[in-house]
Amino acid sequence: MGLQDKLNDLLQQGLKQVEESVNLDSINDVRVKMLGKKGPITEVLRGMRDLSSEERPKVGQFANEVRDQLTAAIDEQRLKIESAKLNEQLKKEAIDVTLPGNSVAQGQPHVIQQIIDQLVDLFVGMGYVVAEGGEVEEDRYNFEMLNLPKDHPARDMQDTFYVTPEILMRTQTSPMQARTLETHDFSKGPLKMVSPGKVYRRDTDDTTHSHQFHQVEGLVIGKHITMADLKGTLEIVAQELFGDELEVRLRPSYFPFTEPSVEADITCFNCHGKGCSICKSTGWIEVLGAGMTHPNVLKMAGVDPEEYGGFAFGLGPDRFAMLKYGVTDIRDFYQNDVRFLTQFDQKG
Amino acid sequence: MKVSYKWLQEYLDIDVKPTDLAEKLARTSVDINDVYSPSDGLTKLVVGFVTSTKPHPDSDHLTICQVNIGETEDVQIVCGAPNIAANQNVIVALPGSRIGNNIKIKRSKMRGELSEGMICALQEIGFSEKVSPKDYEDGIWVLPEDAKPGESIFPYLGMDDVIIDTDITPNRGDMFSIRGNVNDIAAFYNLKSHFEVKQVIENSSEKTADLISAAVDNTAIAPTYKLRVIKDIKIAESPLWLQIKLWNAGIRPINNVVDVTNYILVKYGQPLHSFDYDKLPSHEISVRHANDGEQFITLDDETRELISNDIVVTAGDKPVALAGTMGGLETAISDQTTNVTLEAAIFDSILVRKQARRLDLHSESSTRFERGIDPAAVEMALDEAAQMIAELANGEVTTGIVTGSETEIKEVKVDITLTRINHVLGTSLTVKDVLDIFKRLAFETKVTDDKFTVKVPSRRWDVNIEADLLEEIARIFGYDNIPSTLPSQTSNVGRLNAEQKLIRSSRHVLEGLGLNQAISYSLTTPEKAQQFQIIDGGSPMTLSYPMSQDHVATRMNLISGLLNDVAYNVARTQDNVALYEQGRTFVPVIDNDRPTEEEHIAGTVTGKLVSETWHDKTAAVDFYQVKGIVEQLIQNMAIKGTIEFVANSERKEMHPGRTADIKLNHVVIGFVGQVHPKTAKTYKIPETYVFELNLTPIIAADKNERHYQEISKYPSISRDIAMLVDENISNQQIVDLIENKGGAYLTDVTLFDFYQGSHVPDGQKSLAYSLTYQDKNDTLVEDKVNQAFDKVIAKLVEEFEITVR
Repeated sequence: MGLQDKLNDLLQQGLKQVEESVNLDSINDVRVKMLGKKGPITEVLRGMRDLSSEERPKVGQFANEVRDQLTAAIDEQRLKIESAKLNEQLKKEAIDVTLPGNSVAQGQPHVIQQIIDQLVDLFVGMGYVVAEGGEVEEDRYNFEMLNLPKDHPARDMQDTFYVTPEILMRTQTSPMQARTLETHDFSKGPLKMVSPGKVYRRDTDDTTHSHQFHQVEGLVIGKHITMADLKGTLEIVAQELFGDELEVRLRPSYFPFTEPSVEADITCFNCHGKGCSICKSTGWIEVLGAGMTHPNVLKMAGVDPEEYGGFAFGLGPDRFAMLKYGVTDIRDFYQNDVRFLTQFDQKG
Repeated sequence: MKVSYKWLQEYLDIDVKPTDLAEKLARTSVDINDVYSPSDGLTKLVVGFVTSTKPHPDSDHLTICQVNIGETEDVQIVCGAPNIAANQNVIVALPGSRIGNNIKIKRSKMRGELSEGMICALQEIGFSEKVSPKDYEDGIWVLPEDAKPGESIFPYLGMDDVIIDTDITPNRGDMFSIRGNVNDIAAFYNLKSHFEVKQVIENSSEKTADLISAAVDNTAIAPTYKLRVIKDIKIAESPLWLQIKLWNAGIRPINNVVDVTNYILVKYGQPLHSFDYDKLPSHEISVRHANDGEQFITLDDETRELISNDIVVTAGDKPVALAGTMGGLETAISDQTTNVTLEAAIFDSILVRKQARRLDLHSESSTRFERGIDPAAVEMALDEAAQMIAELANGEVTTGIVTGSETEIKEVKVDITLTRINHVLGTSLTVKDVLDIFKRLAFETKVTDDKFTVKVPSRRWDVNIEADLLEEIARIFGYDNIPSTLPSQTSNVGRLNAEQKLIRSSRHVLEGLGLNQAISYSLTTPEKAQQFQIIDGGSPMTLSYPMSQDHVATRMNLISGLLNDVAYNVARTQDNVALYEQGRTFVPVIDNDRPTEEEHIAGTVTGKLVSETWHDKTAAVDFYQVKGIVEQLIQNMAIKGTIEFVANSERKEMHPGRTADIKLNHVVIGFVGQVHPKTAKTYKIPETYVFELNLTPIIAADKNERHYQEISKYPSISRDIAMLVDENISNQQIVDLIENKGGAYLTDVTLFDFYQGSHVPDGQKSLAYSLTYQDKNDTLVEDKVNQAFDKVIAKLVEEFEITVR
């Protein structure tokens, strides 16, 4: 048998052994056995000394080819085995991905806070400052400077927690109108402020009444602030809170500190104007009260109503939250049941 | 006010749908509560003529009637009413009809006798008890003789009318009358009003002044007071048209005198009162304040004890009516009345309001006195009422009005310019537009250049100043027609101030750390109000007239409110409660009735902060978890200054061994710890950890500037030390010493192990720290680190007698 035949034989033998190898150890054995320094190929090559100088390169080349073929076959088989092994391991590591993830600590802002923040952000974006006043107020600021003298019938509607005859728990955020008017420096531009906060009324708590609730007050006073500006502003507020597909309707109303006074309604978001229990069959839902600041309010705060004028508005985040989310008991806002608080995930 | 659409149609040529009119009223004048027809929900109610009756053989109160319902043959209906009789027209509910309360009527047998429908009383077809005439209270209603059998009953009873129920704002008292509604509707629809005022014919030559006198000394309480006398009247049921007008206005018809006064009240908004002339104890009439403790029996047979703030009408100084609120029983109109004294007055609105409120006697009359009366219409109303009574009760109106007081009708003139109108409303109206609006309102107007001088009629007593005219122009022009713009001056910047930003970011931090925001009541019990104060501020501020004993005092801490919330949750088996609150506390100030309001932030955790899952076993909250939250919160505030946690065993409501005061530059600004088990027990809550911080000093504190600290390129080296130390030496003491004596390259000290128990000697604890060294500018040499480390150990041994383990 010539060397060439011998090599060919070794190649076939080697390939067969490679194919039969099923694990990394056996494939390694094949490599050592076939291609190692003491292996048959090396031995064949050693026998090349006896060949003629014409034959030697031919056989040499063939021997290299055999070696390369075997090496390639071994590498390929090894990869196959390794990849099979990894797949097997990964299969073992598989888990039920539908099992729940770990809990993480994450709190929610209160739903009323969310509405207040939303409004505050809207107004700050329109150039308003935020002015929070005291929750304990003077009768003078809560009523008198808002054109509500002591015997005014509108005081009946706001039963008040008095501390002394002159000190009370504010019944509205409107005292901040008088306070900001008194202190604002009009030489630095118009006054544009919103005032969110808690207010108190002498009410018995039930599903629709709470002795504590929230208001957001707004006031814009300048040299050229118009009722059209008020209308535009109220439309933006209503649409920000309830969506811009709803229509806004302004109605005449009455507040002692504005004249003209308006109330803003939106199309009922539940029935879209057809009439339902939420809108009491009117198709409209009252969302806020507003008006052009009464000249008496300006005068009492030392602002000249001939030169300056503007508008004020007030709205109730509690009522908004009740309407928007269908909350039926106002006490839910202040009892802080965690199952209530965690329902109002922030969106957007 | 319940406004009848048909009544409006008598004075206005309107043909819009009542619902459209209501919408227009809402957008222009006053809000609308409801629009309805008295016939809503009722079907198949027809006129029936009872041709004959016979008693039911098996009943002592039922009657079998043969009734003509306009068909060829009569139908038989069994009726239980006592006043059923032949030859009268009645209300028949046919089989298949719907009557009041959505009841369906079927053909039936009543004790063996066929009944093809039902003969109805007014209450059975939707009339409220309050409105149904008393005379027919126990029986069926009898329709007029000329009613045609088989026809719908609705037109005969005014039930085909539509009622617009308006909700009137305090300024629009004029809208409490048909007259006011007619004027406003005429203005906004630009219609001509045919409002009719009936003139009086004084058909008795007898002088009223010879019969009665009136003198009002205190004209402040009754600025206008007028009387008329109608003689020789005969009390009877009012004609149906008048009864219909009243019941559609929600007023019960009574008799031809009282009904006229109520009709005039609705038509003019002028309340009237009628006295039985002959029962007046004297014919010298006056109005005065009541005497304290004076007794008076009102129409409803209630004895009222009066106070001096009340006002009464008197006859010979004896009270005969609560002015503007309710008449007296003794002088009331009865079936025997033959002579009537009719009163038309204006009483002080505030006094009437207070009286009606105090005695809970709000009525159609008191409401109108409260909202205002047109002084120009008092006599008009009195005259028309006298004339109607004379006509309906066949009486004689005596000559002249007796006047006890009379307010002057002040002429109100208001100037406004076109420039001002457009400047305020943001419109571009012309002189012609504005003149047209005033003309429609029937406000007499003179115009010179662009200035309007408007004479406001007394029926619009709410219009006095320029701003009032602006409202009139705006609403008649239409709020819908005003453009929508935004304020154009933008020379100011809107933003949150530093305080508002800090408060907002504090909230976000705590939410990120797992606490839900709570909003609790600021008003609480005096006891809870003064618990958990950071610094004792004394007793809380309390309300003069609290509504409930749970809400009496302003809180001086937030924790007590949060613990109420925890209790509420725990009682509802919510065992894991993590809440925070941001809000005001109220600290009383000496010599000032207004307390100082401090912004605080507080938190509470009970149970587990992170709920346990199948995969993740979490531990119940402890001191260190809540302290970690507080540390992170403070960290985020970037306060420049030292923050310390110092054990305090003196806080009454807190666990003495698990509470730390939080100090900013050595001043207490808050605390953190476990609620004292005794306090927890009174709140009915389990082991709970809380913290509260006063944000005021934090807001005022200097803040760290933000600077980038270059991250060293050179490696750091760390050394660990484990030690045994006396248990009374605090971690803070050791850390402070290490930091002080650690040398220039020490960058961090971290406690990584703590042990106290059976494996260390009694009275000792084991602590292990990792110290990190780094040189910003060079690679640290081991020698330098070792030197610094050995020095610290030596100091620790010297100072605290530690044993290195």
